[in-house]
This record gives sequence, structure tokens and C-alpha cells, in this order.
Amino acid sequence: MSVITTRRGLLTGLTALSLAAPALARTPSHVVVVGGGFGGVAVARALVRNGLAVTLVEPSPRYVTCPSSNAVIAGLMPISAITFDYEGVRRSGVSVVHDTVVAIEPDARRVALAGGQHLAYDRLVVSAGIGLRFDAIPGYDEAASATIPHAWKAGAQTALLARQLDAMEDGGLVALTVPALPYRCPPGPYERASLIAHYLKTRKPRSKVIILDAKDSFSKQPLFQSAWTKLYPDHLEWVPLAKGGRLEAVDPTARTLRAEAGLFRPAVLNMIPPQTAPALCRATGLTNVSGWCPVDPITFESTLRPGLHVIGDAAAAGAMPKSAFSAYTQAQVCAQAVTDLLAGRAPVEPRLINVCYSLAAPEYGFSISGVYQPEWDRLVTVPGSDGLSPEDAPPDVRMREAALGRAWYDGMMRALFG
Amino acid sequence: MTALATSGLILLAANRASAEPLAPGAASCLACHENRVGATTSGFPTLGTLSAQQIEAALAAYRSGRRDGTVMPRIAKGFSDIEARAIAESLARPEAAPR
Repeated sequence: MSVITTRRGLLTGLTALSLAAPALARTPSHVVVVGGGFGGVAVARALVRNGLAVTLVEPSPRYVTCPSSNAVIAGLMPISAITFDYEGVRRSGVSVVHDTVVAIEPDARRVALAGGQHLAYDRLVVSAGIGLRFDAIPGYDEAASATIPHAWKAGAQTALLARQLDAMEDGGLVALTVPALPYRCPPGPYERASLIAHYLKTRKPRSKVIILDAKDSFSKQPLFQSAWTKLYPDHLEWVPLAKGGRLEAVDPTARTLRAEAGLFRPAVLNMIPPQTAPALCRATGLTNVSGWCPVDPITFESTLRPGLHVIGDAAAAGAMPKSAFSAYTQAQVCAQAVTDLLAGRAPVEPRLINVCYSLAAPEYGFSISGVYQPEWDRLVTVPGSDGLSPEDAPPDVRMREAALGRAWYDGMMRALFG
Repeated sequence: MTALATSGLILLAANRASAEPLAPGAASCLACHENRVGATTSGFPTLGTLSAQQIEAALAAYRSGRRDGTVMPRIAKGFSDIEARAIAESLARPEAAPR
């Protein structure tokens, strides 16, 4: 079936182009990519390397990365260090359009832009990230996020939280609320709490950060907890679900927070709300009851909307966590599959890797990793391939993993935006 | 409608044709390791300076526990000997062309 679809797509592309530019005898198929983050930029550049014509649609002229944004919040680096423009992406041969996709029209094989134009495609890749559920916590809507940041999409929200921490007087309480899985970057809230605790310990030592968690366990838990015992016995407290960590409501005017554990009046409040695939995915019929987009584990083609591929955080990618590294590796697999499908070849069964480094302090890093493979209709972990840094590693190994995390980030940013 | 798309197509006309696909898993390696000779990554060995045999041997040593590392002893366990060899051949230094 894919082959028939593909051939029809090719014909459409050829017809459109022969009208527009009859001089070009052989014309590459056109792929539109929605979203200019890790997944979107990676898939766009990989498709260009494979000889396809690619238009990437991204509203923002600059991209601020979620990886390393916790270090910005904790005052360890300026936001400019994690901000990139799309000039390098353009130089690589991707046509970048700064506009918003308001509708995907699968039957017409085109997307509608807020600016009024349409873009025709042979195949579409959606790498649109997450949608924040502003209906999930009573009192926490989009308006409230203007004063109570989520900082779970990096940019102005990251800067807002950093400013609030900076302005807080010593002796204040910082509260961080964490939703149930699945959400973007499973260990991210705990890295954030760690780096905030580091900031408090070194700059505002009478202050404290409290994590109110909707879960009883979390990613890299033994590594974080052993670091917290060592580094932040007086500056960080984790309240799991079993101890009343689940959130009941927030009052954005009074800036109070009610959890099962009681009423809190934090000086700085950071709420990470529950998440889903973005509204565009729902409107296009790409999501199932989970709120995320089910995909074929070999091609990342939507199982609900043929011809449309979904990668990155928006995808329900089985055992793979929602991480920047996952989005990058899914992009490579998806780009090859799209190239194969457009050429009438059967895609090869892939293997995917995820690695994620976290910091408990600036020179105290550790990692989680896994290898994934398709099994029937989903991606599963290859047995024995997943795991954490050792719990008993000496300080020089923690320092080395912190350096490897920085090296990964620098290399990835060169590959994507350089 | 096609104005934007067409500019992309023309831009791409100069691009090289479809490259040989990498072995399954190999593209993920490049999320950390470069394989371009002359790459300046710190921390991760540049694979393009190694031979396929060297990469294959390193993966085998990680998998068996003979070689220490951070993430590599875990990742290497996700690939069989045959898969690891195919990855090594995908990413290694190209063999010198016969004269």
C-alpha cells in the first residue's frame, strides 16, 4: 500500500513541478517538516543529504534548547548559550519558513500556514514537540504561566524562572511540581531541582527547594537520591505521591499551592503540567486515547494517518523516552524510511539508541541509556542494553560524565544548527 | 501554492544523490561520535579515523566487559556480533582505494 501511495505522491510532485519549473528534468520529492527542534532539524538535514527537497516550518526565528536550560535557570550559563538561529539549517539546503502550520490537509497533501499560503508535500514529518495541558491542574492555565512559569518549553519561560530565582530573598521556599508519566524528559525535573539546590546552597543557603511529585519513582532515581544525600541534605526535599506529593490546585493570585501534603506558600513556584501531543496533532487525527501519536516502529509513519510521519516527543514511541537524543535518532530512522518509501524501496528494520546525561551539580553527571528495536507494532528495549551509571562511581567518573554531557550537547548543536 | 516549495526544490537541485544507507543503529552512533576525519569533538573518539576492525573489536570488548566505559558497555550489549560488524563497516575510515 505504501508503494502505491508513494507513486501517487511522486506523480503529484512531478506534475506540480513541471508546471512551475519545466527546465528541471529529474526532480526530487518534496517533504515538509513541521517543527524546528531536535527532531525536525535532524530529519530535515538528513532528508536533504538523501537528495530530497525539504521545507521546514517553524514559527520562531530562534530555537532555545531544553537540554542545558536547567543550567540557565540555576544561573550557570546565559540563555544566549542555548539559543540558535536557522542560518546553518538554511545553508545545509533546507528551505526554512518561519510561519505556523494551522492545518494539515492529508487528502490534498498540503499544509495551511497562518500566513495564508499552502505547502504541498509528498510526505509530511511532524516533529511538533509537546502541548501543555492547561486544563489539568485547577488554577493553572496559560494566563497563570505568565507569573508561575512551567519552563518546560525553553525560551521566555526559562528566563522568567531564572529571574524569579535570582530575585528571591534568602530564606525562601522554591516549589517544583512534577506530573505523572509520560512527559518530556523524564529525569529533567530532578536535574532542575538539583541545580536549583546547588544555586541555593552556594548563593542563598537559608533557602530550600521542595519537589511535589505525582509519582513514587522516577528516572535515574538512585543516582539522584544518592547525590542529594551527599550534596543537598538541607536544601532539597522530595515529596512522592505516597507522602502527599500530588497537586490539587494552585491559586495564581495568592501564589499558594495545595497538595495532598498540605498548603504551600512558595517564594518561587515552578509548575510542570501534564502534557500531550500538540493541538495540531489532535486536530489532524494523529492522536489516540493516550493523547500521543501512535507510529509504525520501522518508519515512524502514523498508524492513524498514512503518509504522515511523527517523531520526537509527540510520538508514542513505545519504550523510548521523550528526549532530545530520542528525537534525533528517530529523525535519522524516519529520514531513511521516508527516502526509501519515496524511492519505492522497503525500509530496513532499524535499531535506535537513547542516551541522556543529567547533572546533580555542575561537575557531577550521570547517564541513562538504552537500545531499542521494533517488536511487532512497537519499539521495545533490547534486553540487557539499558541501564544507569553505576551507583558507586567515584567523583572522577561523575566529573567525566558531566564533561561528556557537555561534549554531546556541543557536538549535537554543531550537527543541527552549524 | 508552490512558490515556497519550488524555491526549496531548486535549491536542492545541486544536492548529491541518495547516499548508501547506514547499517541499522549506526546513525544513532553519530549523535555523539563524528566520523568525519578532522572533526574536533572532545570526549568521543572520531570514528572516521578508525578501521572497521578497530571499531568492531572495541564493541566486542565493551560487550564482554573486558573494556571499561560509561555508556558504551551498556550500548554494546544491544547489538549482536553481526550487527556490530555492519555498524563498524558503516562508520569506519574508508579503506584506501587500490592503486
